[in-house]
Amino acid sequence: MANADNKPAGAGRRIDEATNTETVGHEWDGIEELNTPLPRWWLWSFYACIVFAIGYCIAYPAWPMVHSATEGMLGWTSRGQLEKDLEAQQQERAKIVADLAITPIEKLPGKPALMRAAVAGGAAAFKVNCVQCHGAGAAGSSGYPNLNDDDWLWGGDLATIEQTLIHGIRQPGDADTRVSLMPAFGKDGLLTPAQIQDVTSYVLSLSGKEKASPASQRGAAIFEANCAVCHGAQGTGDRQFGAPNLADAIWLYAGNREAVSQQIGNPRHGVMPAWGERLDPVTIKMLAAYVHSLGGGEDFATVATPAQSEDQSEAAATETAAE
Amino acid sequence: MTSIVERHKKLEKNVTLLAVGAFITVAIGGIVEIAPLFWIDNTIEKVHGMRPYTPLEQAGRDIYVREGCYVCHSQMIRPFRDETERYGHYSLAAESMYDHPFQWGSKRTGPDLARVGNRYSDEWHVQHLRNPQSVVPESVMPKYGFLAETDLTVPDPAANLTALRRVGVPYTDKDIEMALSDLKAQADPDADAADLEERYPKAQIRDFDGDPSRLTEMDALVAYLQMLGTLVDVNSAAAQEEFASEHGR
Repeated sequence: MANADNKPAGAGRRIDEATNTETVGHEWDGIEELNTPLPRWWLWSFYACIVFAIGYCIAYPAWPMVHSATEGMLGWTSRGQLEKDLEAQQQERAKIVADLAITPIEKLPGKPALMRAAVAGGAAAFKVNCVQCHGAGAAGSSGYPNLNDDDWLWGGDLATIEQTLIHGIRQPGDADTRVSLMPAFGKDGLLTPAQIQDVTSYVLSLSGKEKASPASQRGAAIFEANCAVCHGAQGTGDRQFGAPNLADAIWLYAGNREAVSQQIGNPRHGVMPAWGERLDPVTIKMLAAYVHSLGGGEDFATVATPAQSEDQSEAAATETAAE
Repeated sequence: MTSIVERHKKLEKNVTLLAVGAFITVAIGGIVEIAPLFWIDNTIEKVHGMRPYTPLEQAGRDIYVREGCYVCHSQMIRPFRDETERYGHYSLAAESMYDHPFQWGSKRTGPDLARVGNRYSDEWHVQHLRNPQSVVPESVMPKYGFLAETDLTVPDPAANLTALRRVGVPYTDKDIEMALSDLKAQADPDADAADLEERYPKAQIRDFDGDPSRLTEMDALVAYLQMLGTLVDVNSAAAQEEFASEHGR
């Protein structure tokens, strides 16, 4: 194309009068073709691309040969590049990670800068590992606890959250996992269906979902005999057993007759993985800090006095997401 | 110089010559870019642990293809920091060497699934497939509850494995002979599956859909999902060393 431009108009070519452009010299039925030269910028860009491509082929892996592809002078590999990226990022984080590793979680609240970094790191780790069950905003859903509220099944201070993260809940094969197994009062025949309905009435009356009735009064006696040992005489739960608070408005499954009676008759037992097997201790510490920061995090002091006096626990200690 | 300018006219005026010329030009691209992949050594890494899919996983895979999961889910973690942090170690070519057809996908409306295996519980998968919004409220995934109500019907599992063997998946004669019983045994906690486990290492044998009395499409799909990305121990020291020494990719 270039040499056509440079050539003087030869035999059989003429200058088109209307456009003052050379023709290419052939015609069909009187139709001729103008030989409009390519714009210079285009042409030079094209040559530059060719030069770049040659350089690229020399510098980077490009040509497949007999046994392997050419490696390129720079020795670049996509996997090596990733390795470098990860290393650079580790360097960046190294100080904070080292600080977090040697800081016991009890000391974390005393170091605000480190705490902020831990919460930020925890938020990222949460998005990868936790959102699938607890939701993007950690609000949970039916069967998966809401982590934004101050209603905790096992306790909401940093160390307790960390412990739950490391060992999980009902994780098979982990000796320290948190286990609470409410009996299946209906399935195993411990209560009759009528009794279960009575207890359901009583449980719903605790949080004001139903008014007191003869059924709930019958249920109160059954509750006293069967349920109070874990859920407490007032139904406020007990973190020692992971027994939910039944007297508040927060429910793990749902606060209606159907869900409550199902949970009494044949309880579902949710499972949380033991993340200690999958994540490193620093990431778990960061996750604990993040969950603690969501709104319901408790100080260590409140947990130092476990829910022993019933009236106190009702007011202050925020127990559980219930059945 | 005039000669070249003049000669291309011959090509332009002869349609057969033009077709042959065009074919040769395009073929060069194929020969240079595609053909070597069949013989160069680093197309597929040599890894330990990769095995053909069990008949149940294969049936789950067929459901995955049938429902078009690949339209929204990729199975290809690229070697970038953001992807490996979210989904796990980058995918290896070897990990899809028994895929016919491969499920790499090209669009992520949902997350990548290349390493979804063992990340969640079976219960989570069942609940999520029945009603995705119940565990991920912002999800736009359709509901697949019907899988749990549909009995798994694979007219001839042995024929499926035979077809796969013809395209290079190394199923043994015994695998093919036992295909039907393997299919049932993997989702049956009471079955004697020692033999299945030996022929398919790392096979997960249990009831997957929460209903041990039936073998449903849900069993097959969850069995497939729970296997994805778990066969090759990519994070082992030996594997890492091998990846680090690779060049030209």
